[in-house]
Amino acid sequence: MEREKAYNFAYLDEQTKRMIRRAILKAVAIPGYQVPFASREMPMPYGWGTGGVQVTASVLGQDDVLKVIDQGADDTTNAVSIRKFFKKTAGVETTTETGRASVIQTRHRVPEDELRPDQILVYQVPIPEPLRFLEPRETETRTMHALEEYGLMHVKLYEDISRHGHIATTYAYPVHVNARYMMDPSPIPKFDNPKLHRMAALQLFGAGREKRIYAVPPHTQVHSLDFDDHPFEVQKWDKACAICGAEDSFLDEIITDDAGGRMFVCSDTDYCNRQCEGVAK
Amino acid sequence: MYVSVKGGEKAIDKAHELLAKERRGNPGVPEITTSQIAEQLTLAVDRVMSEGSLYDRELAALAVKQARGDLIEAIFLIRAYRTTMPRFGYSTPVETSRMAIRRRISATFKDLPGGQILGPTFDYTHRLLDFELEKENPADEDPPATRPEPVDGHTPRVLELLGNQGLMEPPDGACPHNGSDDDSIGDLTRQPLGFPADRDVRLQNLARGDEGFLLALGYSTQRGYGRNHPFAGEIRMGEVRVEFVPEELGFAIEIAEITLTECEMVTQFKGSKNVPPQFTRGYGLAFGHCERKTMSMALVDRALRADEFDEERVAPAQDEEFVLAHSDNIQATGFVEHLKLPHYVDFQSELELLRKMRAEIAKTHVEAAE
Repeated sequence: MEREKAYNFAYLDEQTKRMIRRAILKAVAIPGYQVPFASREMPMPYGWGTGGVQVTASVLGQDDVLKVIDQGADDTTNAVSIRKFFKKTAGVETTTETGRASVIQTRHRVPEDELRPDQILVYQVPIPEPLRFLEPRETETRTMHALEEYGLMHVKLYEDISRHGHIATTYAYPVHVNARYMMDPSPIPKFDNPKLHRMAALQLFGAGREKRIYAVPPHTQVHSLDFDDHPFEVQKWDKACAICGAEDSFLDEIITDDAGGRMFVCSDTDYCNRQCEGVAK
Repeated sequence: MYVSVKGGEKAIDKAHELLAKERRGNPGVPEITTSQIAEQLTLAVDRVMSEGSLYDRELAALAVKQARGDLIEAIFLIRAYRTTMPRFGYSTPVETSRMAIRRRISATFKDLPGGQILGPTFDYTHRLLDFELEKENPADEDPPATRPEPVDGHTPRVLELLGNQGLMEPPDGACPHNGSDDDSIGDLTRQPLGFPADRDVRLQNLARGDEGFLLALGYSTQRGYGRNHPFAGEIRMGEVRVEFVPEELGFAIEIAEITLTECEMVTQFKGSKNVPPQFTRGYGLAFGHCERKTMSMALVDRALRADEFDEERVAPAQDEEFVLAHSDNIQATGFVEHLKLPHYVDFQSELELLRKMRAEIAKTHVEAAE
């Protein structure tokens, strides 16, 4: 597709990209640390992936192949809209196949397939601060990170267990990166948390409205917070995907009628399609 | 059988077509022109320029038209356009005491040098619907109604007059950058907002901030949540010249004339150990004619200066992080409206936990009954 020539390649001007790349380099150098950056106003609303879009725009080259997913699916409206944006402004090739993509921008999911060292996973982040809902003040939370003072979060998780018998956090489940910074993995289900650990691909996180970038470099240790007597565990379904039969994927619940009928299908549409093809073969 | 939800792309295209139709309305009614908006919906245009932080009446009018009159949407369009603009440099500070004044009032002095000028204001109108306006008046053959000649020359600001007597804190108050080179003035479109923020950045944030949000906060200070006993020292509106020093010339040239509204609030200060009792300032400035905005801004600016005057920060309007982090309506509307995006995955995770917890409770009840 011919790219729109009225704007620079991938929309952002080169000065802005350089500023963002510097923030990314700093983020890679300090895994899990939130680097403030001069987030730009983008032509899509804040909260709709402006951070991810700016990160993607800054790392994208002409030969890259881009995949955009929202809720694991390539065809959700906002994923379609962001993919279209890069088709128009960068003219890069796009794909829905996880294996073919060199840059994958995602909202709320990590693909089921294992990612490779030559791939970059860009997360859209609404609230980058894992401590935000325990302490609303930025001045306080920055100090807490500086002093590695994370007791507040452990108390919260402990209170969950004593009240409910479980840790009541099911998505945006906090992690400890490289045994130093506490990090919000973005609102992915905790099902996806283990995939972050020692992932071969570079993981970049962009929060546009909150003006923060952070990163998990390849093969970095990412530990989901837990207790010795309450080890971290992920969601399990007693069903398989109704379409492809996969038993190892995150399942979305679909309501099929108004009489309580429901079915469960893979949230990762590309994974589901390929499972089906595999069965067919 | 469940059919995979495809066709997001087609749906988006169709939605855009519908939107264009809705914007146009009944094709039997003549299409509104951007010049009509720029000339007749002037206050909407002013607000879009102010909060969009781009002074361009024609673009703002276009944005209002494209946004179907939704001003926050129009502000968003202007912001997204502005961010792509190259920067040539910074103008010299505008001098509002040399404003060609069209309106100027003070609530603190009955008369003062330069006088009170009521100007074009809704104040003292009776809010009765004027049914005459329902009629369509043909375009006037006569030349446009002449604006009254603006009062030109130097009109000292009221607060300067008080300052001369030592009753008012000096104007550079706590602004650390005042008088130094322009580069050191913060710009939160180029640097992320950090806390605590300096007053220059705070004022920029408030100038771009949502009028409704600032109005409510300013109002709250009047009702006792961070009260500082304000008087409208002066409100002035009119045209000022914008000057720019091109490097290759080395002297200032006039590049524009823009309309500004400025409000200076006078507030009480009982004095501290080092400073005798004096009046203090709250400052508001906006593009175009935006009185409500500048007054609210001045109240909130003063409330945010609590630390300077050893005032206890107890109210929302005094809380810098609370005010500055939530004043931007483009950020706010984006994040509130992002709830429309799918959250299937997170919701599924919550659903799963809820079912598990309910099952466990049911199980303990059964066991207890046995």
